Parts: sequence; structure tokens; C-alpha cells
Amino acid sequence: MDLRYTEQEQAFRAELRAWLADALPSVAPEPHRDDWKNRRVWDTGWQRMLFDAGYAGINWPKEYGGRGATPTEHLIFLEETERMRAPYVGMNFVGLLHAGPTLVAEASTQQKEHHLPSILKGDHVWCQGFSEPNAGSDLASLQCRAIRDGDDYVITGQKIWTSFAHIADYCEMLVRTDTDVPKHRGITWLILPMDAKGMDIRPLRTMEGSTEFCEVFFDEVRVPVANRVGDENDGWRVAMVTLSFERGTAFVSEMLQSMELVRDLADLAKKVTRNGSAAWDDTGLRRDIAHLSGELDALWSLTKRNISEAQRTGFVGVGGNVFKLAYSELRQRLGELSLRLLDRASLSIDDVHELPTGKHVHGRIHALSIGIAAGTSQVQRNIVAERTLGLPKDR
Amino acid sequence: MDFWRTQDQEALQDGIRSFCQGRFPIESLQPIEATGGRLDRAAWRDLAGVGVFSLRHDGFGITDSVLVFEELGRALIPGPLTATYLAATHLHTSLAGADSGERIVGLAHVGEPVTMAEHLLDLDSLLILQGDSISVVDPNSVPTQVVERPLDPLTPVHVMLSATGGEIVATGDIVRQWCREGAVLTAAMQVGASFAAIDLAVEYAKGREQFGRPIGAFQAVKHMAADMLVKAEVARAATYAAAVNLDGNGDDNLDRAVSVAKMLAGDAALFCGKIGIQIHGGMGFTWEVNAQRYWKRAVVLDTHYGNSEMHADALAASM
Repeated sequence: MDLRYTEQEQAFRAELRAWLADALPSVAPEPHRDDWKNRRVWDTGWQRMLFDAGYAGINWPKEYGGRGATPTEHLIFLEETERMRAPYVGMNFVGLLHAGPTLVAEASTQQKEHHLPSILKGDHVWCQGFSEPNAGSDLASLQCRAIRDGDDYVITGQKIWTSFAHIADYCEMLVRTDTDVPKHRGITWLILPMDAKGMDIRPLRTMEGSTEFCEVFFDEVRVPVANRVGDENDGWRVAMVTLSFERGTAFVSEMLQSMELVRDLADLAKKVTRNGSAAWDDTGLRRDIAHLSGELDALWSLTKRNISEAQRTGFVGVGGNVFKLAYSELRQRLGELSLRLLDRASLSIDDVHELPTGKHVHGRIHALSIGIAAGTSQVQRNIVAERTLGLPKDR
Repeated sequence: MDFWRTQDQEALQDGIRSFCQGRFPIESLQPIEATGGRLDRAAWRDLAGVGVFSLRHDGFGITDSVLVFEELGRALIPGPLTATYLAATHLHTSLAGADSGERIVGLAHVGEPVTMAEHLLDLDSLLILQGDSISVVDPNSVPTQVVERPLDPLTPVHVMLSATGGEIVATGDIVRQWCREGAVLTAAMQVGASFAAIDLAVEYAKGREQFGRPIGAFQAVKHMAADMLVKAEVARAATYAAAVNLDGNGDDNLDRAVSVAKMLAGDAALFCGKIGIQIHGGMGFTWEVNAQRYWKRAVVLDTHYGNSEMHADALAASM
């Protein structure tokens, strides 16, 4: 075991750092989070800069325009971009991390040639139409119906949690094409152009107050059969293929932000007072902050273990689930600790009284979503218990 | 970067695991308890025979040693394993014979509210750690009071009525390094004990039926088991990272890495011990079932080289 980076990895980091130092000053200030039109320009503009510099699709295979970087280089990329406060993947998320990799693995040559370059260049934004009001954790029970009519599928139904649906160009979509077979076997994966007729997109306001999520209603929306990826009724397998692209990097940027948040929290505790002296003098509070900071160090080590496993075997084992579970729980405690420290200053989502409190309050709200998004902690625990520990299924 | 076991490390760890399963099967623990936790010198020499105490002289590093100690912890092997290993590593001239298993070396921290020595009756040398110095005393000559009913029957203890005197054998940097290595090796044993507690609980949950199905099919039980694994895996990552850094193959702050490892491995072993008992239900509270033994050892190991809370405080001091 060796935690030192090879010469090649160090060279990659140095080159990236130099490019970021050069490129970042030309990036405009980040638009307001609900200014979707300008956000799109900002997010896709950054993607284009990455593309021109050869960093787009860092983990995509070279033959499809990616950089073909190793998992360790991918980790370095995420670490450096986060530390230098480069724009996050933003609304390129679905295209780069989910739809694109699925197309790489399963799409026809024609589909690949049409879509992959435009994702990498930031020309097209993708969204995801998987979840439905009655198909959340039990995704395979989805009901949004697609009926074959000549060269088209005709879609009727509803999707939910579709991030950026109101600004996306394409949607990777799972539809029900057969209702007479077990639920996993009647699903088809489609590329839906978001300008198709018959769609009603309604933004969904989250408890953070933002509107990136949408509900999408389909009333006889026609999608050409040529937009199908994989065979009819084979969509579940197609969608799951992407999981094998996971290299243990999914929450790296998030976690690095949390490490900074804990450092900031310690600084804040030294600044604010309780009972007349610095809050940091409170042994209980100080110990809790230190414990969280130690746990984050351990998760950083776990990330390196997961990356190393992926580098060797191509896959991340249980370490990926372990990371998600531990991080979700830790992030909640970090949020709770923030509010404990801020006491009544936590009643404002923005900074108050010239103290940098806003990010802590915002962070606390954000923490509530992490154990829900991308598989709830309860589903994750079932997966760990059944697949890794071999406990019996109860169904 | 390659933070995964090499083939050699895998072979080393697998080899020690097979040795432990053969020489120290879990069923061998109860007879030892019946003797009051006395050490078997032949078994101790067998540990030395497979190289447990002489790893560093044989060209292995701290990371390799951590993999070995993870297995010793998994098997709940009793005795002053870290102290004898560290004596063989750092005091091989003044305490000859530790590496070959001829000399059993124990270590007592001068602590609050009491100073305790483990396995005193079987020690050939007792080291006393106070501040940044280590001295050696004759275990038969120090004033002590035996503890009639030790919490862990495999870890007999004496209260030390006086912990002064003796010849100073190490100070300063050597003691600091000793404490780092001691904490990380203890963390490794805590990680091993955590995984053993998980294995035992999972086996039980697969076989035990209530309400017409194995209890492991219930999500309430599954989620407890998954939480055990999460704690153990995170602690393992932290422990390996600390060891790799101590070997000079990383650039993290050493004291911080060590504290993170000992803190989280301590938390994990206590948690896995506790939940392992809970999953066994009433049987978990019996003497017969081994679930309790993992918890008791976890309590003992948490007190070695600073408990979880002390390491959290050390982390706070560095922030």
C-alpha cells in the first residue's frame, strides 16, 4: 500500500494546476442559483473550456472523445478543481456522468456520433426521466407508458425529480413498454428530445428554496423508435450498466467542501462566544467538531481505497456504499453541530451580524438531502446487508 | 498511489489468518478463561515462530504489521502483543528475547484514575510509560493489588499501587514513535475484532428463525449489520492510512493520522461489540456465546494508547 502519487500522477496534477490558474480568472462570476438561463451559459461555457483544454469527459474512453484518465487521475482532477474553486459539473451532470456513459456502453454508432461530442463540448444539456411519484426507491415499478405506433413510441405518464428539465435539450428516459411481464423486464431506455410536443414541465420548489427539480407530464408525446438505446424491454439492464462506471468519485467534491466547512466551523467557534467566552472553549463542542474532522479524514482515506480498488479491478466494491452511508450520516451531524454553534444566528439563511453563518445554515439544509438522493440510506443498508453480508431477502 | 494490499501483503495476512484459525481457534478461549487468563508460553513461542514479534527486523513495515495485528485482533488472541512487538522492535538490545518469544513484555500507562498492568503474572518485564519516558521494572517487585474479577476474563489486571522507579530505557522521540505505533497496532486489532463480531452476528442472523423466517431477513436487523460494516470499513481505511504514513509512504500529518485511526477503530470495535450482542438477543447476553467477548476486548483495547475521546481532544488541539 502506498499513498504517494507516481511521477505521472504528479505531472498530471501540475499540468492541471497550471491550466486552472491560467483559465479560472477568465470565468465570469457565478450567476444566481435560480437564474437558469445564465446558469446554463455559465455551466456549459466551463464545459467548453474543459473540452478545449482536453479535460472534458475525464473518465470517458479516448475513442469517444474523453481523456481516458485513470481513476486516480480522476480523483486528482476533482481534488484540484474543487480546491481552486473551479465551477462544478453543474447541469452537465446527467450528460457527463450518466446518460453519456450509458450511450458509450449501449448506443448505436449513429447515436454515439450524434450525441457524445455535443455532451463533451457543452452544446447539449441532458436531464434524467427515471423516478416517478410511485416509483422512487422501487424504481423498477415505474408506470410511464410508451406504446409503439409505427416508427414512434407514444408516451403518456409522469416523471419527477427531473433536474434541469426546463433547460435541458435531451432526456434519458425509462418507460414501460410491456405491462404483462415481471417489472424489470418491461422497461425501455429512450432518448427524448425535450422540444417534443405534449410535455408539461413544472418546476418543483425544494426546501432549500431552489427550483432545479421538475415534474414532467407526458400527454401522447411521440419519440422515434430510432431513439431507443438497446432492445425494447431491455432498458433496466441498459440503465444499470452505468453503475459499473462508478469509480468511487461520486461524492469527492461534496466531501472536500465538507472538510472546508468543518475547518470554517472551527474558526467560527473561535470567534463567537457563549457564556462570555469563545465557543471553542466548550469541551463538548470542540470535541464534536474534532471528531467530525477526523471522520472526514477517514472518508478521504476510504475514497483513496475505493479509487485504488477501481484502478485494479475496474469496479468499486462495498466501499462505495460504505462511503455513501457514512458520509450521509456524518453530514447530518455536521449540520446539526453548525446549528448548535450558531444558536439563534441559524434563523437566517444569509450571513448575519457580519458573521459567515449563511453557508453553515445552507449546508445544514443541504445535508438533509444526501441520505435521500441517489438511493436512500435505508436502501443502501439493504444492499450492503444482502449483497455484501449475504443476509436473506425478505420478499 | 495504490492504497490496496499488494500480493505479498495479501499472502502475509492470509497466512497469519490461517495460522490463527489453526492455533488459536475461538473455542480455545473458554479454557484460557478457566485458568484466569494465564498465558500459554508454548503458544506465545508459536506466535514468535511465525514472526509476529520480529516483523520489523525481518524487513516488514508498519503497514505489514498492521495487517498481521488485524488478524491477531480478529482471533481475540490474549496477551501483551503490542508491548512485546514494540519491545522487540525498539528495545531489542536492552530486552533481548522479546522477538523470539522467550521474554513476554507488558506495558502499563501511568494513568488516571488508576494505573493498571495487564497479564502481570506472566510478564518477564514490565514497562512503565509515563509522559515521554519508558522505564522497565521487575514485574514481581512492584507493589500491586490483584483485580479479582477482571471485566475481560482473558485480560487479567492488577492495580499498581506505585509506578515509580525502574530503569529508564527510552525517552523523547523513541517514546513518541512507540506510542504512534502502539496506537495504530491497537487500532488494527480493534478493526479485526470488529470484523469478527460482524461475521459472528451475520452467521447467527442467517440461522436464527423467528416469526417464520431468519431474523436477518428483517430490515431492522439488516440495518444494524450494515451499520457495523460501515463503522468497521471506515476504521480500517483510517488505520491503513495511518500505517502507510508511518512507513513514510504518504504525506499526511502523522499524529493526526494516528489519532483518527485510534479514535475511529475504538468507536468501531465498541459499536460492533455492542450491536453484535444485540443481534444475538438473549443468547448475546450469555457467557457461552462469543459475542460478549468481542465487546469486552473492545473495552480493554479502547484504554490502550488513549481512548477515543482523548484522541478527539488531540485532534481538536491540532485545529
